[in-house]
Amino acid sequence: MPAPAQRRIIFQHIDEPGYTNDLACYRKHGGYEVMKRAFARPPAELVDEVKKSGLRGRGGAGFPCGVKWTLLDKKSGKPVYLVVNADESEPGTFKDRYIMHQDPHQLIEGSMITCFANNVKQAYIYIRGEFPHGARILEKAIAEARAANLVGPNILGTNYSCEMYVHRGAGAYICGEETGLIESLEGKRPYPRIKPPYFPAVLGLYQCPTIVNNVETLCHVKHIADIGGEAFAKIGTPNNTGTRILCVSGHVQRPGYYEFEVGKITLGQLLNEVCGGPLPGRTFKAVIPGGSSAKVLKFGERFKGKRKVGAELVDYDWGVEDVPMDFDCLGMIGTMGGSGGVIVMDDSVSMVEALANINAFYAHESCGQCTPCREGSLWMKKISSRMVHGAARPEDGALLKSVADQIAGRTICAFGEACAWPTQSYVTKFGEEFSAYAATKSAAKPAGATELV
Amino acid sequence: MIAPAKPELVTVNIDGREVAVPKGTNVIEAARQAGVDVPHFCYHSKLSVVGNCRMCLVEMGLPTVDPATKAPVMDPATGKQKINWIPRPQIGCATNATPGLHIRTQTPQVKDCREGVMEFLLINHPLDCPICDQAGECKLQEQSTGYGRGYSRFIEQKNVKPKRTLLGPRVMLDDERCILCSRCIRFSNEIAKDDVLGFIDRGSYSTLACYPGKKLENNYSLNTVDICPVGALTSTDFRFKMRVWFLKQTNSLDTESSVGANTVVWSREGAIYRITPRQNDGVNDTWMADSGRELYKQVAAADRLAAAKVSGADSTLDAAITAAGDLFKSSAGAVAVVGSGRSSVEEQFLTRKLATVLQAPVSLVSRVGKGDGILVSADRNPNVRGALVTGLINALPAPKLTDLAVAIDAGKVRTVVAVGEDLAAAGLTAAQLAKIAIVYLGTHANTTSAAARIVLPSLTVFEKNGTLVNQQFRLQKFQQAVPAAIGTTDDLVILSRLVAAAGGPTLPVDLTALWKVLAAEVSALGPMSFASLPETGLLLDATPWAALPFIEGESLHYQPSSAKATEGRPA
Repeated sequence: MPAPAQRRIIFQHIDEPGYTNDLACYRKHGGYEVMKRAFARPPAELVDEVKKSGLRGRGGAGFPCGVKWTLLDKKSGKPVYLVVNADESEPGTFKDRYIMHQDPHQLIEGSMITCFANNVKQAYIYIRGEFPHGARILEKAIAEARAANLVGPNILGTNYSCEMYVHRGAGAYICGEETGLIESLEGKRPYPRIKPPYFPAVLGLYQCPTIVNNVETLCHVKHIADIGGEAFAKIGTPNNTGTRILCVSGHVQRPGYYEFEVGKITLGQLLNEVCGGPLPGRTFKAVIPGGSSAKVLKFGERFKGKRKVGAELVDYDWGVEDVPMDFDCLGMIGTMGGSGGVIVMDDSVSMVEALANINAFYAHESCGQCTPCREGSLWMKKISSRMVHGAARPEDGALLKSVADQIAGRTICAFGEACAWPTQSYVTKFGEEFSAYAATKSAAKPAGATELV
Repeated sequence: MIAPAKPELVTVNIDGREVAVPKGTNVIEAARQAGVDVPHFCYHSKLSVVGNCRMCLVEMGLPTVDPATKAPVMDPATGKQKINWIPRPQIGCATNATPGLHIRTQTPQVKDCREGVMEFLLINHPLDCPICDQAGECKLQEQSTGYGRGYSRFIEQKNVKPKRTLLGPRVMLDDERCILCSRCIRFSNEIAKDDVLGFIDRGSYSTLACYPGKKLENNYSLNTVDICPVGALTSTDFRFKMRVWFLKQTNSLDTESSVGANTVVWSREGAIYRITPRQNDGVNDTWMADSGRELYKQVAAADRLAAAKVSGADSTLDAAITAAGDLFKSSAGAVAVVGSGRSSVEEQFLTRKLATVLQAPVSLVSRVGKGDGILVSADRNPNVRGALVTGLINALPAPKLTDLAVAIDAGKVRTVVAVGEDLAAAGLTAAQLAKIAIVYLGTHANTTSAAARIVLPSLTVFEKNGTLVNQQFRLQKFQQAVPAAIGTTDDLVILSRLVAAAGGPTLPVDLTALWKVLAAEVSALGPMSFASLPETGLLLDATPWAALPFIEGESLHYQPSSAKATEGRPA
């Protein structure tokens, strides 16, 4: 089956020759018209549209956006905040940066519609510290929008006022966790909060109800306001609506950004047809479908079970190539759609070394608040880097897995899973590589294998 | 006596047993009430909950109800309502008891969680228990014995962190032992209101440190040592002095102010090594001031009075009492008594008896400092209210003995019995001291003891038993921690013998018998006895003294009634 064509909603104009990131160009392409129309509608109607659209968060967890909005504690009388999560830090994910660099006004428009729908008077864009250029672009775009009366007091002559600020992070992965992000925005160490009781929808920024949404999600809100929730829900597959930007990196011929309807393309179509397949003379070995914290998939493994299609249960028997790229199918086979960062590894990669790299990242980024993740992530790093740079023992794989098992599900935030899942899946699926690693190291490396740093 | 309010109860099920606990109780406390230990490190009942140690992970579930009908779903196997167990373990500290909440603390999953957390906490811990001051009272030691695996799988290099950081004058930090529970940070922030501690760096390299340019030097810094579950924070005063398991614990009170913080005195072979707070939720929670912890040093101070004296020469107690009796006779009608707000209730009662027999006027000396709003109040006498309750005085004391000075100048007073008070410090001049004969009963040398005709060395609070009435009118007891110093005599014995020497009745000196007299003669103490007084004290009815302008401001668990507060404070 040939791969379907890309459907570019968010990337509609991005990469078009002559398309720039300033306000004039955005308006020339119909920018802020949707917002103008949206502001004429009752806010509750917009929330309903988003609920009907079935839009799921694009940050990683895939939580339904409309539900998130309805959980807001509006009875408290406290101000509601919108925080745009632009702390895109998951290795393998680079979509939000591209949106902000190429089309910042799309994000601003989507955010302002979200603010209007939820009666938000103050919005913050929390952008990671490593994106100085993106922050400058956003600052400039907000200034342009403010000058054009699209942000700020009495927007477009209505009674509605909403301010928007850019806040730069200081360089920590954990700031992408919504409660850690809120703490950081308040000026503290980004220690994620315990839930309950600190759900952002109730006790978020400054203990007020807060919406935290990903950049891509908010851009989708603009299109939902444009075409309506029901029309949006027809894009993609049921329960996995709209389009998704997939960021493919690693050992394929054409890595890059691709926007597809969710669930309409399989992993095999994406890698083999869209991305041009493996590099010459190589074969695919493993792929991480949703950012480095997602569980790895091994080419050659098969997934069997029953799944719901419409109302009935249907048997499925998939290889890795057959898995549709949507939240539910990837969840069903034990990994996740995550942030859409597809990392491809071919037969030149040693899984032990790949894991050592990932473990080093998570040990460096663990915030240190709760015990299992703080101690476990560094322990796993120490084991895997000893395997790579020192003496590897045959039992190290089992030890790594056991350490990871002591982390997942026992931490304050989802970082516990993020750092445990790679280890768990690598050791489970490539166990023989771990037990044989001492011998592998002494043998000659395959030609073209990347040098360890 | 005032009865406490009854809380609203909810029933939870812990390991199959139903327990009724007050609403708002968290799972750790609820389990504690059911006699089940839920191990924890970061949770402290008097601090905010952070849930970072993950040691208190337990299984929780709620009774299942049919979502449509709201009817309970029954389990046919047990005949009871089916429990919907949450698949992931939950922390007990951050979960409050809700009606019907089921908790399992003994399942394989919970055991595995605890073993995992223990292993993680120990991999970078130096395991230097043999040279660690915390050994014997270390939560990490105890819980690793109780809930750990007992062996290590860690073969990598441990993290290296600073070993001897002086956080402040009294607190030493060993960062390698720190398990990053953040109790000290929360204490400084929430209780001491002195935000000086924080973590730097991240992940496993996180390190406790003072903010740049700041020190942990507030008067509550040693509480961080108390609540540190491991040997990371140690007291510079106590460090390396004694193994805690050799020490005897005696319940006592902090006598530095009218707050009356409950304490434990740790001693061995007649020497006191440290004082720590004792939990009393009505008075000091689990805290006390650093200043109160140093009071034990007065026991073995160099200026301690160690022999009775008559006219400057060492004497036996008998001879000194006889000499005092002679003095009372020769100056009959011209004797004055200076009592003390630092004496115990029992001593104040006997002081009153002595004054009655001698027909002597009684004065007390007030001591006023700055209240810190936490656990040191403005009234630095621990027992002024005891003097009111026992009828020793009827009005609040003044800082200076002005009336007594006038009476001495007028020749109306020729003999003064001073119970533990330095008359010179209370405003009498050297000339005035020279005009009178002084019977001084006290613990340490001062101007008055030097000028006294008769000196009767008595005991510090650590060497005797008794009761004090704090600012809340809470009657609390302290107990003898160490034997009396050589040459000293119990204040009660001295006072009772002085009463007899003055021609009064023979009064009992042991507390059981004395309390019978007290209970009979002092209406506020009517139904009580020393033996039956709970360790956390009893609130007395304060209404007879409600109109007095007490000087204390607001502090932990104490709110001066607004009328009293505004009247009582100097403008």
